[in-house]
Amino acid sequence: MEKELRLMKGNEAIAEAAIRAGADGYFGYPITPQSEILEYLMEANPQATTGMVVLQAESEVAAINMVYGGAACGKKVMTSSSSPGISLKQEGITYIAGAELPCLIVNVVRGGPGLGTIQPAQSDYFQATKGGGHGDYHLLVLAPSSVQEMADFVELGFDLAFKYRNPAMILSDGAIGQMMEKVWLKPQKKRSEEILPWATTGKPATRERNIITSLDLDPARQEKFNLKLIAKYREMEENEVRYEEFMTEDADYIFVAYGTSSRICQKALQLARAEGIKAGLLRPITLFPFPKKRLNELADRMKGMLAVEMSAGQMVEDVMLSVNGKTRVSHFGRMGGMIPTPEEVVENLKSFIKG
Amino acid sequence: MTEEIIIAGFGGQGVLSMGKIMAYSAMMQDMEVSWMPSYGPEMRGGTANVNVILSDERISSPILRSFDTAIILNQQSMDKFEKSVKPGGTLIYDGNGITRHPERKDITIYRIDAAEEASKLKMQKMFNMFVLGGFMKVKPILKTDYVLKGLKKSLPERYHNLIPKNEEAIKRGMELINKV
Repeated sequence: MEKELRLMKGNEAIAEAAIRAGADGYFGYPITPQSEILEYLMEANPQATTGMVVLQAESEVAAINMVYGGAACGKKVMTSSSSPGISLKQEGITYIAGAELPCLIVNVVRGGPGLGTIQPAQSDYFQATKGGGHGDYHLLVLAPSSVQEMADFVELGFDLAFKYRNPAMILSDGAIGQMMEKVWLKPQKKRSEEILPWATTGKPATRERNIITSLDLDPARQEKFNLKLIAKYREMEENEVRYEEFMTEDADYIFVAYGTSSRICQKALQLARAEGIKAGLLRPITLFPFPKKRLNELADRMKGMLAVEMSAGQMVEDVMLSVNGKTRVSHFGRMGGMIPTPEEVVENLKSFIKG
Repeated sequence: MTEEIIIAGFGGQGVLSMGKIMAYSAMMQDMEVSWMPSYGPEMRGGTANVNVILSDERISSPILRSFDTAIILNQQSMDKFEKSVKPGGTLIYDGNGITRHPERKDITIYRIDAAEEASKLKMQKMFNMFVLGGFMKVKPILKTDYVLKGLKKSLPERYHNLIPKNEEAIKRGMELINKV
């Protein structure tokens, strides 16, 4: 299969990219607005071509534990859901993080809390970046802003998950999941046949047994393990921060926005510039690790930063921590599945400038 | 060149698929495209709409409040989106079922009686292709060859025998559209 240009929904792009990235397994349970991922994979039936297993589990809890099992065998496995379903998966996710296993989790976010709405939102930022389940842990979180990135981040997510033996998450939303754009798909990769040294695939006589667990009843050993995890997160902060800047060189004010909001802000900054306001945009691509250093540098010469999110204000806290009082920071957001328009964002920037 | 379009009507009128064909055709003309549907409660029996953007540049916001062209296929959508056309923009509407006609003076208004013609020719299922033909006439961005290729891409293979009929509908739509 060659590199190929297609018009696809974000959800479909994730599914096709997973097959092409040589994934070993997908375990999911339907929920709007991400059901196309499971539907696409079921129809594509990759088991017949690449051997990738696709299974609709009996629940979200079952699906994440299937991922736990597959990951323990060193396999490239993933699941996807939307907000309420991701909440159900949290126990499994913290176990996977505690057992230091790689996997990919996709959250196509809808408005909450509770069952909320099926329309797009960005209200799961805290849950995605601060752990989500119990215990001190982080996921490596990627935030796509286009259908192309929905596809690209599947392979990137798997690569990073295996590099750090840590679960990675694609934090998307209903808008990017449902929207169609052009997407270049990479050629088909073969599934890996490598047996990883830590994987529980049956103990040969030549080595000690591998143990996959998130339990250690000895507090001194558990603390040592916690420190090891923290060191891993610091390493991610050192090596994996990704972001994109738009017209920040001469900007007085910047928007900070990810995913769908960052697309809206791209238009908003054009509108603002047309009115003579020197606006720019920093789009975090990794939400954990967050582009703290870069925001801190930019804060030296900015008159202010406006975090635009489809939430009551979550990422804005990380922006504040990053700039540490060096410049003014405020938040504008819509909730409940409402999507701000570029014009609305500009109005809010203007009132932010006024103070 | 960037053309920001909204197509709005009842579910079942082919609003989403018309947008999809536009996006496919523009993609084959090497343009950037985005197709953002309304999904959820509106799709269950009520109105359906889709934002389509065709551009020579990287597309910023796929979700918009004002449009270069609005294609309006029922009264509810007229009430909602007549005011969303940019000054100097274009409004195309089907007269069927419209009780309050568009009144703005700062935009160009076209009427296409596609539903009536489709029913006369017993081609009701191709209603949206008549409308697409009208759009192609007044906004010559998409070329017929590419639209037919786009149709081939977006229709399941079992319907490919209907492509000549669709072409007929597009051509008739081009003749049917009139400036108000």
